[in-house]
Amino acid sequence: MMSPLSGRIARVVAAMALIVVAGCAQTGEEKIVIGEYGSLTGTDATFGTSTRDGIQIAYDELVADQGGKIGGLAVAPITPEDDQGRAEEAATAVQKIVNQDQAVAVLGEVASSRSLAAAPICQQAGVPMISPSSTNPEVTKKGDYIFRMCFLDDFQGWVMAKFTAENLKLKRVAILWDVKSDYSKGLKDYFTQSFTGMGGTIVGDQSYSAGDQDFRAQLTALKAKKPEAIFVPGYYTEAGLIARQAREIGYKAPLLGGDGWESSQLIQIGGEAMNGCYYSNHWSLDAPDSNLKRFLGKYRAKFNHDPDAIGGLAYDAANVLFAAMTKLAAEDPQTFAGLSSKSAGKDLRKAATQKLRDLIAATKDYPGVTGKITVDANRNASKPAVVIEIKDGKKVLNTTTYPQTPAS
Amino acid sequence: MSEFLQQLVNGITWGSVYALIALGYTMVYGILRLINFAHGDVYMLGAFGGYFLARALAPAAMPGGAMAIVVLLGSMVACGAVGFLIERLAYRPVRRSSRLAALITAIGVSLLLENGGILLFGADPKFFPQIIPARQYQLGAGVSVSNQQLIVILVSIALMLGLRFIVLHTRVGKAMRAVSHSHTAAALMGISVDRIITFTFVLGSALAAAAGVLVALQNPKIDPLMGIMPGLKAFVAAVLGGIGNIPGAVLGGLVMGIAEVMVVGYLSPTWRDAIAFVLLIAILLFRPAGILGKNTAEKV
Repeated sequence: MMSPLSGRIARVVAAMALIVVAGCAQTGEEKIVIGEYGSLTGTDATFGTSTRDGIQIAYDELVADQGGKIGGLAVAPITPEDDQGRAEEAATAVQKIVNQDQAVAVLGEVASSRSLAAAPICQQAGVPMISPSSTNPEVTKKGDYIFRMCFLDDFQGWVMAKFTAENLKLKRVAILWDVKSDYSKGLKDYFTQSFTGMGGTIVGDQSYSAGDQDFRAQLTALKAKKPEAIFVPGYYTEAGLIARQAREIGYKAPLLGGDGWESSQLIQIGGEAMNGCYYSNHWSLDAPDSNLKRFLGKYRAKFNHDPDAIGGLAYDAANVLFAAMTKLAAEDPQTFAGLSSKSAGKDLRKAATQKLRDLIAATKDYPGVTGKITVDANRNASKPAVVIEIKDGKKVLNTTTYPQTPAS
Repeated sequence: MSEFLQQLVNGITWGSVYALIALGYTMVYGILRLINFAHGDVYMLGAFGGYFLARALAPAAMPGGAMAIVVLLGSMVACGAVGFLIERLAYRPVRRSSRLAALITAIGVSLLLENGGILLFGADPKFFPQIIPARQYQLGAGVSVSNQQLIVILVSIALMLGLRFIVLHTRVGKAMRAVSHSHTAAALMGISVDRIITFTFVLGSALAAAAGVLVALQNPKIDPLMGIMPGLKAFVAAVLGGIGNIPGAVLGGLVMGIAEVMVVGYLSPTWRDAIAFVLLIAILLFRPAGILGKNTAEKV
């Protein structure tokens, strides 16, 4: 007779056997695995959720148009790994995506610090990584498998400096930046360089750490320098709080920011304090573009709200990747087969991801919803930037600036 | 000069929050010789309690002032109950064990509340509803103060005076003072030591909850890990003033808030968190009993 304990052990063993069998069945299916990582939680959670939703729309289209298949191979649903908005978690998440999930391409991140943490892992594994919206120049310098779908901070800093000097006609600007963020530091430096080059002066320079609650001390010190505007190259949560507290200590001039402000929550946090502020962004929903209109229709139907630029860039990143895969399947079906999760040899997969990389690098004039995408020699996309003005709690397109200087 | 005065106003507002949290640390320490590391997380729970209460009450469309009072008191009661449970379930079972066991239990409770908060509320920040819209008052000389800052300062003062009254002029306060002198002697005098300890926890937790709601009123972003840093700094504030000493905690909190704001304003913002611990090291080196603490010889 079986003792109750051994009965329990037998059951556990049976359950484990089932799991192993199920696992085998799963890997037995042929499919293409695409990894995604992002901040689904944390202080800049809308970056991760918008990216996820944008990619979701692209995947839904793939399913609707081609039955979810590229070159006869099914593309597995793209499910994001949560990095909680922390660089070290981003590295862990991408390790898992590349080594355990055997992804052949990776989509993500938004925040440059997190893309920077993950890029070397993708580079080493020879897996192409497309960051939809990390703007720090260093990101794509991590290696030739790292791409991005957006403009760079040197361009963005120049756009905001030009806007401040020429459109707003301001001469004295103070800066309040985030010491913990590569993005913030980069954007601050590029803005300073361009703005002083245009005859402006930086009258005050203060910093904070992401996650801080109280910025009154910095703002009071800056206010005493009487700047005509304060440039806040940080992310939306802090920007909203900073705007609120700036108004509270009686500072009325505009605050300026970069694309890190792009979130539906910016105005929710900042409230009325955001009115009369400006920031540079990747798109404006008002742009007359048929691709954009189509995307907006689908996005609104699925999620019941407007996408932000982060979602649009993620949609473009996924589509550029799909396009490169489709091209590979058409040009070289034999190598393409190496993208399958079933392809046994590591060499086959390496050869396939290398070809995939070459095709992503060759992307030219892809009609994305955030503008035409051409990947340049440094694996960056050269695109125009818009400046958004916040008016009565709404984001209004103010100016569009095209790249004039060759992006370095 | 006006910049300095403005920074002083900012510092006092921020400091009064530290003072409120520090009071909880110091009371529990005075009575139990226990550093209640979960105290900062009770402050977080206070902010969340206020958040959920304010959202539940939003349809009632009460005037801002009445709503703020209900939210503040409701959150204090809820966190008082949490303090009661923490003491009953976590600290009382280890009361007769070594002080180290109690300290480790406190760290455990702190981690439980933080990660339980992430599980329950989610890790992404929430936005505290604007119960009282901000308004500016000019104090002259270029110094301005918002009504929210005034509320923080005034409510803190009221709560501290209330606490002082309880401790000095009520029977239960007298019992608290007796217990803090000696558990055994107090028990021999017919004081229920357990009940006094529970009461202390409830009182301290309610004060932390008040601090949480006051901060959330001003800075509407709240998240489950928001209590860690303020908790640590308020602990330093309590040590600075002389741990176990109630006026000391208030003084320590104010010194801490002002020091932090001045460091950010005149030195470098990166020193913001460091200054707290620089102060801690300095006070431990030169005046270990704290500014208002009495030196006591400990027999080993």
